[in-house]
Amino acid sequence: MDTIAIPAINLAVIAPEVVLSVVAMALLLINVFVKSEQKGYLGYLSIAGILGTLLMLIPAWGSSVEGFSGTIIQDNFAIFFKVIFLISAAMSILITDKYLEREGCNQGEIYPLILFATVGMMLMASGTDLMTIFLGLEVLSVSLYVLAGFNRNNIKSNEAGLKYFLLGAFSTGFLLYGMALTYGATGTTKIAKIASYIAMNGVSSSNLMLVAGMILMSTGFAFKVAAAPFHMWTPDVYEGAPTPMTAFMSVGPKAAGFAAFARVLLVALPALKPEWSSLLWVLAVLTMTVGNITALYQQNIKRMLAYSSIAHAGYILVGFTAGNAVGTAGILFYMLSYAFMNIGAFAIIILVGKKGEENSNVSDYAGFGYRHPVLGIAFCIFLFSLAGIPPAAGFIGKFYLFSGAIQAGYIWLAVIGVLNSAASVYYYLRVMVFMYFKEPTEDFEWVKLTPAFVLCLLIAVIGVLVPGVLPGLFLELAQKAVLM
Amino acid sequence: MLDNVWLIPLFPLIGFLINGLFGKKIKNEAVIGGIGTLMIFLSFLVSCGILMQLVGMPPEQRVFEKVMFPWIHAGSFKADMAFLVDPLSAVMLMVVTGVGSLIHLYSIGYMHGEEGFYRFFAYLNLFCMSMLLLVLGANMLVMFIGWEGVGLCSYLLIGYYFEKKSAGDAAKKAFVMNRVGDFGFLLGLFVLFWWFGSNHNIWTINFVEIKAASHLLPYGGVVTLATLCFFVGATGKSAQIPLFTWLPDAMEGPTPVSALIHAATMVTAGVYMIARMSFVFIKAPETMMVVAVVGALTAIFAATIGTAQNDIKRVLAYSTVSQLGFMFLAMGVGAFGAGIFHLMTHAFFKACLFLGSGSVIHAMHHALHKGHLHDDAQDMRNMGGLRKALPITFITFLVSTIAIAGIPGFSGFFSKDEILWQAFANPYHGSLNILLWGIGCIAACFTAFYMFRLVFMTFFGECRINPKVKEYLHESPLVITIPLMVLGFLAFVGGFIGMPKLLGMLPNYFEHWLDPVFELANEYGKQYAHSGAHHSHALEFGLMAFSVVVALIGISIAYTMYMANKSLPEKFTSAFPGLYKVVYNKWYVDEIYDFLFVNPCKSFGNLLWKGFDVVIVDGVVNGTAKLVMAFSAGLKGLQSGYVHNYAMGMAIGVVTIIAVYVFR
Amino acid sequence: MAGAYLPIILLLAIAVCFGLGSLVFSSLIGQKKLSAVKLQPYECGCEPVGSAQERFSIKFYLIAMLFILFDIECVFLYPWAVLFKRLGVFGIMEMGAFMLILFVGYIYIWKKGALEWE
Repeated sequence: MDTIAIPAINLAVIAPEVVLSVVAMALLLINVFVKSEQKGYLGYLSIAGILGTLLMLIPAWGSSVEGFSGTIIQDNFAIFFKVIFLISAAMSILITDKYLEREGCNQGEIYPLILFATVGMMLMASGTDLMTIFLGLEVLSVSLYVLAGFNRNNIKSNEAGLKYFLLGAFSTGFLLYGMALTYGATGTTKIAKIASYIAMNGVSSSNLMLVAGMILMSTGFAFKVAAAPFHMWTPDVYEGAPTPMTAFMSVGPKAAGFAAFARVLLVALPALKPEWSSLLWVLAVLTMTVGNITALYQQNIKRMLAYSSIAHAGYILVGFTAGNAVGTAGILFYMLSYAFMNIGAFAIIILVGKKGEENSNVSDYAGFGYRHPVLGIAFCIFLFSLAGIPPAAGFIGKFYLFSGAIQAGYIWLAVIGVLNSAASVYYYLRVMVFMYFKEPTEDFEWVKLTPAFVLCLLIAVIGVLVPGVLPGLFLELAQKAVLM
Repeated sequence: MLDNVWLIPLFPLIGFLINGLFGKKIKNEAVIGGIGTLMIFLSFLVSCGILMQLVGMPPEQRVFEKVMFPWIHAGSFKADMAFLVDPLSAVMLMVVTGVGSLIHLYSIGYMHGEEGFYRFFAYLNLFCMSMLLLVLGANMLVMFIGWEGVGLCSYLLIGYYFEKKSAGDAAKKAFVMNRVGDFGFLLGLFVLFWWFGSNHNIWTINFVEIKAASHLLPYGGVVTLATLCFFVGATGKSAQIPLFTWLPDAMEGPTPVSALIHAATMVTAGVYMIARMSFVFIKAPETMMVVAVVGALTAIFAATIGTAQNDIKRVLAYSTVSQLGFMFLAMGVGAFGAGIFHLMTHAFFKACLFLGSGSVIHAMHHALHKGHLHDDAQDMRNMGGLRKALPITFITFLVSTIAIAGIPGFSGFFSKDEILWQAFANPYHGSLNILLWGIGCIAACFTAFYMFRLVFMTFFGECRINPKVKEYLHESPLVITIPLMVLGFLAFVGGFIGMPKLLGMLPNYFEHWLDPVFELANEYGKQYAHSGAHHSHALEFGLMAFSVVVALIGISIAYTMYMANKSLPEKFTSAFPGLYKVVYNKWYVDEIYDFLFVNPCKSFGNLLWKGFDVVIVDGVVNGTAKLVMAFSAGLKGLQSGYVHNYAMGMAIGVVTIIAVYVFR
Repeated sequence: MAGAYLPIILLLAIAVCFGLGSLVFSSLIGQKKLSAVKLQPYECGCEPVGSAQERFSIKFYLIAMLFILFDIECVFLYPWAVLFKRLGVFGIMEMGAFMLILFVGYIYIWKKGALEWE
């Protein structure tokens, strides 16, 4: 009896994911065996795991290694995104402990769940096979459903978890259907082979099966990145989920969605570019407009940032529509800076909030800038960056995204983007108006910084200002990363 | 050493961060001042090292560009954070860090006990960093960052005593006027960038690259446009007509600030910028003429105002404006080396003069304070006879005054005389030369007059300070007098490195040093220079002697009026009351500007506000906002909160998209 | 072409026959002692008629989920066992890793008390 030939596996490619998974499982066990009221140490252990993973990733920069017979790859593109995931996970963990304590749901499981979600995101960024991407997506999604509903004493959190789960499952159906159709049209699920099959057999836009596959896959990804009209879950879920998880969900999974989206469209289906770019054009305009316009009316700051996160997905789609080097590098740059500014903003929201998600209306920020000047300035920096005002990184990111669109000839798209960006300034500045121009109604004496928060805010401020003032360095990295 | 050029701006930045962030906690003045001074002194040491290394290199290789990191890359536009070291920037480095170190040291004594001592040193360090960026920038954008940075620091430091309304107003005035100039700088940058890019596909703002491609530039035309824009920038920063009125008001800042920013370094940025782009400016003969004429007119105009001021710092401020005019005159007549030479000597003697006046004010203030008097400590009419109480201040002040007046052997003589000679003998402006030279001479005469008037009124004669407090007058401490002595010494000997060939004792090191920088500009200039304009040595000697005579005339008039026959000024003012009033009130320039620009702008603004803005703009904006808000409320309604609605929305979305693609 | 589907059709036919046959035979030969409870439709032991807004104990779901999880594990073990020898050492290691991960989960739910009914 002959043995089955095992295909080349190359474990080194998934070594970071393996390490992170092992850390997560170890944490799971530690959590049940070590009885302690303080679960914060689990957070530090998980951050140690993340740092270890980062240390494994960084030396791999510049190389491109495939593994598992071409279903997974470790290239600059994947590494860039993985760094974003790891940073956002670490920053979210830093602000989790205090929040859980306040809300009275201090369960240690949250840390392994975040790590599992991160592993899923990393698989999505690395996947070069539709199946790998789907696998990553499911690992991510299942963890996120639980994370969204993590605060089980809070009815809104429960609602968020359930809604996310139902709609997520629904959208996964679309995604899988799209993958199946693509497989049907090309006979393979490997991304590179899809492209070469299309090129060799001249399958063009007239092949409805392929086009439908592209559309359905795009739908699935659009749901993940919260693009209109598949965005409706976002405000409810973001508002209900525990705030640190909202911060995490608005950054990491969005970036992961874009990473997989980019690889599928840019590498597997470049032949369909006319089709998908016109689709993305419409999605981008819808997403930006719906996100920004609806945000104008929001009173709850978490909800406002949820709509703002939809709008930001729209800006990124602008760079995507362009599909050129500048636009794609812009996506990477923007995702990186968005991670810092959004998590920073949510960190402040956690600090200002009270038990039971109280005190999270925009009007509750009256006079905050005077009571806590340093935090006020930090919050302003994040809001400025979100609004895209120099010298914050958000401005540079938008600049690259829009200039990518202009270079590709989508002048109107860029114009709509800039108009939207201008409209968005209203609701970001409104917070500042309350912070600085309204009489304080509270003394904010419950706002207490812990070292973890200080570290998180410091990282966020540096991450917003440094790429804003010295964009060249980071753009160069992004440009090196888009050479897929 | 050259590779470490980035250390030069880094040290002051570190000083700024330390003092800015922790200064309030440190509290100890010695530590704060020590850190500030040490940082700029370290920069000075590095600058010395760089100068040494440059000297050791063959002249044609003395250009070094250090790219720190890519900064902004957007399409064809590329700007790196990069530093350029060449003989020109080396000279500026030495001036900025050298004079800067001395003034930092001086400030420890001068600012002793002031509220916000740490703030002062933090700003001062920040200023040095910005100025060094300006000087070292290898492309226009880095230069512009420095350019804006020094403007900001100038604003912050003029408004240092922000509780005083006049200080706040002066700071605002300086900032606004500088912004007008900055606008010109940016326009010039855009014009040049756009022209090179669209015509030759060279998208660059890098000085070295522009220099390499400068042969493509035409004479006149677009270059005139660009250089005029740059020149507007220079007039703002360097206080030339018409944007000079902010500088005298800037004397509201502490005196070390006046010495460092408004005499030695920042205000010379415009001169430096023109020198940096000499190869562009020379290609625009019209601009050259404008620069020369504006420079000459500023020189004489400010000098006349200086003759009638009584505030010791204001006299020096107008003197600075006037001396800057000389530098621009030099630039305009193509004597770039001479202009930079004057920039350097001026930095020595004017810094010394300002610091000396600071020492005087310090002593006066101290004395008046002890006597509980509220007399003006800066008014020269309250001074007199101070040479006995302040001997060191007096001697250094006198040396610098002699230098600025242009007495042979002192630094100002060499540089000013070279400018005057070049104004006369340059091959670019034809018959205008005589006029430029004449105006320069008269301005030099006025300079000698008002400077010696200042010295006589302050240090000679009987003491007019209230006799009650006379005993409290005494010399300033060593931290103040040491910088004075060093600068006084430099004001004396600093000119020898640029001694004209004519006098033959020393070769003109300075000119040789800068030759490689301005070689190309001179080359371009030959295209339209009048040939055969060779003047004899005898003529040069003659003119030199004439300028000395002119200076002596100025001094003797001052002596007659303020020492020998003290009733003369009274008689003079009563004989020409109109003229005196006009000059005393600075030719009413501020009032004219108010009438011509400020008030019309205000009323136009009012009109726009009440008529256009409130009715039309607000109407449109509010209308749009209402429309958007209504739209927003509508969209909000879609967000029902029911999962089945959401799922339905998604399904409809997918079906619609597929339908569009199927049936298109 | 159609021949290829013959086994499936056969299988379908047998399955249908078996199902129908069992029902028919049991109704023919079985004893019938009917009662009110027995005549109710079968609903996992719950009342078939009543308020729809009834709460189910979470334990049902937990047990169901855990059952499915470990069931799938068994399903995965079958093909592995069939190919055990041909997969060699690699197979043992892979299955070891798989079991280890599952074991971690098992320990976790055990310690959490998810396996206790009360």
